[in-house]
Amino acid sequence: MTTETTEAPTTQLIGKPIKRVEDPRLITGAAKYLDDLKLTGMAHVAILRSLYAHARIGAIRTDAAAAHPGVIAVFTGKDFEHLNPLPCAWQAAGTENFVATPRALEIDRVTFTGAGVAAVVAETQAAAEDALGLIEVDWEPLPVVTDPEAAVAEGAPQIHEAAASNVVMDWTCGDKEATERALAEADVVVEQRLVNQRLIPTPIETRGAAAQYEPSTGEYTVWMTSQAPHVMRLLMTAFVFGISETKMRCIAPQVGGGFGSKIYLYPEYVLMAALAEKVGRPVKWIETRRENYVATTHGRDHVTYLRVGAKKDGTITALDADTYANLGGVLSTIAPGIPTTLYGRMLSGAYRIPAIHCRVRGVYTNTGMVDAYRGAGRPEATYAVERAADLVARKLGLDPVEVRRRNFIPADAFPYDPGLLNGLKYDTGDYEKTLSRALEIVGYDDFRAKQEQARKEGRYLGIGLSSYVEMCGVAPSAWAGGEGWGAGLWESANVRVHLTGKVVVTTGSQSHGQGHETTMAQVVASELGVPLEDVTVEHSDTQGTPFGYGTYGSRSAAVGTVAVHTSVQRIKEKARRLAAHMLETSVDDIVYENGRAYARGAPDTGKTIQEIAGAAALGYDLPEGDEPFLDDTAYYDPPNCTFPFGTHVAIVEVDAETGEVTLERYVAVDDVGTVINPLVVDGQVHGGIAQGVAQALWEGAAYDEDGQLLTSSLMEYAIPKAQFFPPLEVDRTVTPTDVNPLGVKGAGETGTIAATPAVVNAVVDALAPLGIQHIDMPLTAERVWRAIEEAKA
Amino acid sequence: METVALEVNGVRREAQVEPRTLLVELIRDHLGLTGTKVGCDTSQCGACTIHLDGKAVKSCTVLAVQADGSSVTTIEGLTHNGALHPIQEAFWAKHGLQCGFCTPGMIMTAAELLASGGTPTDEEIRHAIEGNLCRCTGYENIVRAIREAATQTAGVS
Repeated sequence: MTTETTEAPTTQLIGKPIKRVEDPRLITGAAKYLDDLKLTGMAHVAILRSLYAHARIGAIRTDAAAAHPGVIAVFTGKDFEHLNPLPCAWQAAGTENFVATPRALEIDRVTFTGAGVAAVVAETQAAAEDALGLIEVDWEPLPVVTDPEAAVAEGAPQIHEAAASNVVMDWTCGDKEATERALAEADVVVEQRLVNQRLIPTPIETRGAAAQYEPSTGEYTVWMTSQAPHVMRLLMTAFVFGISETKMRCIAPQVGGGFGSKIYLYPEYVLMAALAEKVGRPVKWIETRRENYVATTHGRDHVTYLRVGAKKDGTITALDADTYANLGGVLSTIAPGIPTTLYGRMLSGAYRIPAIHCRVRGVYTNTGMVDAYRGAGRPEATYAVERAADLVARKLGLDPVEVRRRNFIPADAFPYDPGLLNGLKYDTGDYEKTLSRALEIVGYDDFRAKQEQARKEGRYLGIGLSSYVEMCGVAPSAWAGGEGWGAGLWESANVRVHLTGKVVVTTGSQSHGQGHETTMAQVVASELGVPLEDVTVEHSDTQGTPFGYGTYGSRSAAVGTVAVHTSVQRIKEKARRLAAHMLETSVDDIVYENGRAYARGAPDTGKTIQEIAGAAALGYDLPEGDEPFLDDTAYYDPPNCTFPFGTHVAIVEVDAETGEVTLERYVAVDDVGTVINPLVVDGQVHGGIAQGVAQALWEGAAYDEDGQLLTSSLMEYAIPKAQFFPPLEVDRTVTPTDVNPLGVKGAGETGTIAATPAVVNAVVDALAPLGIQHIDMPLTAERVWRAIEEAKA
Repeated sequence: METVALEVNGVRREAQVEPRTLLVELIRDHLGLTGTKVGCDTSQCGACTIHLDGKAVKSCTVLAVQADGSSVTTIEGLTHNGALHPIQEAFWAKHGLQCGFCTPGMIMTAAELLASGGTPTDEEIRHAIEGNLCRCTGYENIVRAIREAATQTAGVS
């Protein structure tokens, strides 16, 4: 979809492609990211990281490093023994979780390469890095296991004493008995082992943190590359430092992308706060790209044994998934929640599947931490379900479109209970609509004819579909609590209309590229009837914004912006009361429209919101019982999640000689409910597709048998370049949710969730004449070539 | 310490640097122009792209001392008297950025392409920015922005 931008704001801005208000500072280089921060007297920090994947830490000799010119001090884990290990804030519900988490610096043992063991504080970054090489550690290497299936096998090295067989948790959902029965009764059963490989999120800005400590008040200020600064403060003060929450201020400056990897509390954030106190100077650390690859969280990394039962006509009757989820050497902040709630509970996909069962074993291995990465669990679920649909189609000789249509939850079945969501239901949907639209754009029948012709010429063209449904705006809080989430998931907003009529919105949500400053302002400007430029959105600083859980899981529109909307409604109500008082009429007669409140039938005699705000702020003459000022704070806790859906279609050509896959076309038809800013939504969809396609074709983290990360730089880890993609053809249907008054569902992850299986299905479709029914990702030329050679043999 | 004298965004600047100092470190840490970014340590990402004597280069692959006597333009120097460069306008209009971290480098690379004149095809645009990585946009709107700016500047000249 090509969307033209709109310059001149009108009263109704929801749905308009407004140019982002945050962009001027970003396109001129004026925006200040973490590494652009310079504090008076600031020292620099470098961290010594383990080169062993599993080892005991013996003596650490730091004298030579400490004596190096420019070095202020050197610290090891023992210097921070008084600090608690980091918390694991989401543990899978209904089963025991054996939790081991990182410390600011490890003291006794490391369980993955890249774990921090010592830190140098120096006058310059160069001096700090130079001195790292002078630290000597007596390492005692221990046996290593990196593969999750090998880790649970008998005789595997034991990584944490408490976690027998390296199992973090053994979680199930669905109905095992019914599923086994349905599988036994099915006309056909397809079985497939699926590897959903480990990915590295790779925001272009790496992580970093800076901190200062004020001894006279005991107050810390910590700047960090975070998607959730309020949560960081809560976890650091209440769980790690054991101090009052009011003694710390956390600020996320401009953040250069996150994709989930900047949600979590990391050892380095704790370390910077502690170091600032120890050395009595502000300190800053910025991750190198290599550190980002070894020490920041990874995503996905599932091995799934999938069994699907179907009738001869393609009706799916049962789905069973037995999944090993690799969670790394220690647990990141919400690691156990991702492969459970956000994965297992979404295994019905867009289909009516009467019997589903899922078992997930979270597993410790000697690899980097694994946590949410864009889509978080839902891409893994969608990959399993959408591969299942194609496997069933192949087995029965049916068209993959036909299998999807036969199993779709029909539009009149909503709200729909897939029986897996622990009480929640899919809100609204019309899956056939996005499928038909996508097929129409791509010209499905014509393509099949073209494919047939190409096959006769020895060319391998393929088409792949992915009809997904996903879960956004994850809430309600009580439901999330029941899922093991250790907090709430509401969001907050404060809206103030100043005396001058200018509006300031503060939100507990956080923007790191999503455009909150524009989209939230669009909602406020539309509802209040004020010019867009009169609305300022402030975020990402625990001082001055109400508590919020942060930005992830496509929740800022469906939760955070709804909190803003709620506040504005209450501001309007008060404005009506004030206008009634000013116009000497009854509030019931007051209509609020386009920034004016007037007595019904007399639109010319009303008061503007600016006049009302002025009167409210002066407070000279207020209605009985009303306080001065137009100011409201809302806490919005949704009654349900929202469930966006859509169909993505990929067309590929495979070079059978080399195995090289070329993405020829990519069509996406999403339904994310009401769209606040189509420019922003299209951008989210594009970016998501790129990451999803990248998983299918190029990206994959690789560890060797000793636990060394082989893909530890952008030289080895293949994030895509511009020329890897054809133009992305993006369209949408609009089925508003009934969960919130805006009708918005969330759009941040649809692309990532949908794209991966669409592309894999396309490649497998291309190679159907060779009898190939599955290839594990990434579908690099080598892998595809090997599969072709094997099939020919 | 070595003395490096160069012109940055039209202003003569001088700094004392260690011989190993990279041009990007000179620009960011010594001259305080933090619009130029660092996103990797292997010269892959292109976030540090600037113009050195009119050519787009990754300033992490040039030593500061090598730039002695040169003319450097950074993202801060692309705006003239407060007016955005057409490529900046186009990135804004076409939503060619999300988190903004790759944007300065991406814009400097695109500006060099535009300076060469003509209206590049999409394929040429995609090839021209292959040394600049973006993780947010899928490049779709970046390509549209560059195409838009190319069309506009070609119309002007």
